[in-house]
Amino acid sequence: MITLNVNGESKSLDIPREVPLLWVLREELGLTGTKYGCGMALCGACTVHVEGEAVRSCVVPVGEVEGKSIVTIEAIGRHGLHPVQTAWMEQNVPQCGYCQSGQIMSAVALLRHKPAPTDDDIDAVMSANLCRCGMYPRIRRAIHVAAARIGEGEGKR
Amino acid sequence: MSTEPTRRDILRIAAVAAGGIAVGLFLPGCHGPDARTAARADKSGEFAPNAWVTVTSDNRIVFWLDRVEMGQGTMTSHATILAEELEVDPRKVQVEFAPANRAYDNPDGEIGFQLTGGSTSVKTSWDPLRAAGATARDMLRGAAAETWGVPIEQCAANDGMVTHAPTGRHATYGELARAAGHQPVPDVRLKTPDQFRWIGKPLVRFDARRKVDGSGTYGIDVKLPGLLTAVVLRPPALRASARRFDASAAKAQPGVVDVFEVPSGVAVVATSYWRAAAAARLVKVEWDGGKLAGVGSKAIAKQYRERVLLPGKVVRKIGDLEQGFSVGGRAIEAIYEAPFLAHATMEPQNFTAHVTDDRCELWGPTQSAALAQQEAWRITGLPRERILMHTTLIGGGFGRRLQQDYVAEAVHVSRHLKRPVKVVWSREDDMRHDFYRPLSVHHLKGALDAHGNVAAWRHRIVAQSMGVWAAGDWAPAVLPNAMAGAVGTMLSHTVGTLLADNIFPDPTSLQGAAEFEYAMPNLRVEYQPLEPGVPAGAWRSVGNSQNAFVVESFLDELARSAGVDPYHLRRRLLANVPRELATLDLAARAAGWSTPPPKGIGRGIAHWKCFGTPCSLVCDASVEGKVVRMRRIVAAVDCGQVINPDLVKAQIESAIVFGLSAALKQRITIEDGRVVEGNFHEFPLLRMHETPPIEVHLVPSHEKPTGVGEVGVPPAAPALANAVFAATGRRIRVLPIEHALAEAT
Repeated sequence: MITLNVNGESKSLDIPREVPLLWVLREELGLTGTKYGCGMALCGACTVHVEGEAVRSCVVPVGEVEGKSIVTIEAIGRHGLHPVQTAWMEQNVPQCGYCQSGQIMSAVALLRHKPAPTDDDIDAVMSANLCRCGMYPRIRRAIHVAAARIGEGEGKR
Repeated sequence: MSTEPTRRDILRIAAVAAGGIAVGLFLPGCHGPDARTAARADKSGEFAPNAWVTVTSDNRIVFWLDRVEMGQGTMTSHATILAEELEVDPRKVQVEFAPANRAYDNPDGEIGFQLTGGSTSVKTSWDPLRAAGATARDMLRGAAAETWGVPIEQCAANDGMVTHAPTGRHATYGELARAAGHQPVPDVRLKTPDQFRWIGKPLVRFDARRKVDGSGTYGIDVKLPGLLTAVVLRPPALRASARRFDASAAKAQPGVVDVFEVPSGVAVVATSYWRAAAAARLVKVEWDGGKLAGVGSKAIAKQYRERVLLPGKVVRKIGDLEQGFSVGGRAIEAIYEAPFLAHATMEPQNFTAHVTDDRCELWGPTQSAALAQQEAWRITGLPRERILMHTTLIGGGFGRRLQQDYVAEAVHVSRHLKRPVKVVWSREDDMRHDFYRPLSVHHLKGALDAHGNVAAWRHRIVAQSMGVWAAGDWAPAVLPNAMAGAVGTMLSHTVGTLLADNIFPDPTSLQGAAEFEYAMPNLRVEYQPLEPGVPAGAWRSVGNSQNAFVVESFLDELARSAGVDPYHLRRRLLANVPRELATLDLAARAAGWSTPPPKGIGRGIAHWKCFGTPCSLVCDASVEGKVVRMRRIVAAVDCGQVINPDLVKAQIESAIVFGLSAALKQRITIEDGRVVEGNFHEFPLLRMHETPPIEVHLVPSHEKPTGVGEVGVPPAAPALANAVFAATGRRIRVLPIEHALAEAT
């Protein structure tokens, strides 16, 4: 048995330790907001937070995150949308939208570490996330908007 | 609207009557109350005057979207078009994906069935959806007038409510739904642009919320009771099969339900993806070499390069080419090559099917519910009304999901087990078993005259016909369902043969090259289709993607060779095409063409009309060593009446990045029938730090709208390649650019 702490809830699962966290989230816990894109940590569609850090869940064996705090896209806007999410909507960032859970998870983690990021700060982190619809300039813009809002005190968490 | 139902409408009525799916019909100019609409109103209290709108008695306004949403914004644009005439706030409309139904055949002249592609969605839905909205609105007004005993002229529709100002009476659309169903179908007057409340406004896209909170359901997210997941082991080579396999170890794994052969490989079915994927690694398969054994992209290109030196079939001819070359200045010639390309949608292919003895349900991302249904019909033989298609959100299409191979796979697997099964492809499956943008080779020869005009232009194209690969699906789909069987097979065969033999030159190979509107007095375009057997398909902007690169690069060569400004050359060539000229001018003006870029930065320009929409691009780039840095892109577009300006801009930005990714980085290599590239490290997309700022300028217009989903792709590659030339003096004639620069000594 493996005990996972996902979105603040404790879950016990009978599952081999080497199964990627991504598939445990999607198939065992029904949290399908986290997406499969490449299976090799190349695209970032599967990004979740482990202990507050953005990780690519497609290459993390579930056994490695036992007991650690795991947060998925489903919990990010649970108590009202996060400023990153509202900025994403206002800037019409999503197109097909498939990569956006991962983009948002990366952006939220970035802003936690760097509340007022420069373009270079944003590029350094967000270049790990692919968007086939090519919405990078909008993503960058939305992160600046969200950073400004968080700076003004909205959605500090 | 016309006063008589067309033959097509009659066919649609028959199809729907046979199908029995509860979808109303839009009957142009039918003046009495429609019996079906009235009966439905009596039975359910719902007002469903046509296939697109349903008003429920509890005041929900449902819009049945008959195009798919794969990012291009149909949920927003189409709901806005309908709601504008219906007089409701489009954000309050509940958008539902329509089922497969002949009522939703694409009204576009080129595509006679329900399909999303070719940038047709807004262009072809504009008139029908406005009429649908206006008809529903006036029937609701008519219902109010009749109920209140007042003239309809005094009943105003606004914000989902009909109001009679003189008496202050008002009713919601829901309250009027039952009575509206008994109203005669009126002739309607559509709004003029100055009356638009929502069209032309930058509304936030209606699918935004579900795409930022993880709640949107893509095909890969479909959940059903008892759903199994299948992984299909595929041959390493294209179009190969299993000789034999041993699944004993895999079958012993926990959660594995079965392992069996399907036409595309060996299916491993388990209770989840991770179990199926783990078990699949234990299956031993011996594959044959397949139909493409020995085939490679290098040899294909070599063969094309030999053939392109020979004359092809003349597909466009103006003036006298030889005369043009004799009076023109020095002729130059060049050979260009564009590679095979994969679609690489972010959501890998997947599909869910539940086949039982008398029924088939389908869930998943397809660009054509009609083709998916047809595929299931072919495999199961079930009547189409028992094949129900549930369209999901789609994680990128770009033409890949016009093919129904992954639908067929899901149907085969589910049919074998008679249980609901989702087939999920790995990224490697997806990249190595695509229907690729065909490789093409082009020979161009041209000359400018003393005034700097194009005196002669010859373009020889050697490319695989994508149409040969589409004919099997598309030809039967345009027929009425009842004829799709034997007649459909015959038609597929005939169309395929006509295209393969070049009796009917494939227009998808010639797109743009054979119809551009540049004024060239002596012009000849020739085409030879060659069929290397590599699965080919439509790739965002289809033939335009390679033809624009070639034509716009060579035009730049001509201009530069004669010391002519490439923007001014295009201006002269478009002097009699005002909308295209204005688009070109807008881009050049916004980019500051007349002011040279800083030292070390090259500036390139390109212009292309794709599916009726002109788009001009100016690209600034520098080359440091062998690394290209794009500094800035400025685009101008004229798509007629804009529905949602921010979504149009987003589409153009998206297509430019898509085109630049390919131009700079991407190619699919085939060796011994196998696709070499399997994941994003081998087939890279642009990343954020490589993407330049992109400005998009829209030409203000109230002309009929044309599509925007693909138009940004074609000019991206030549604008960049021309900028690289301007920066370095090095002409890019083989894509992708990074490979061309790396291979240069």
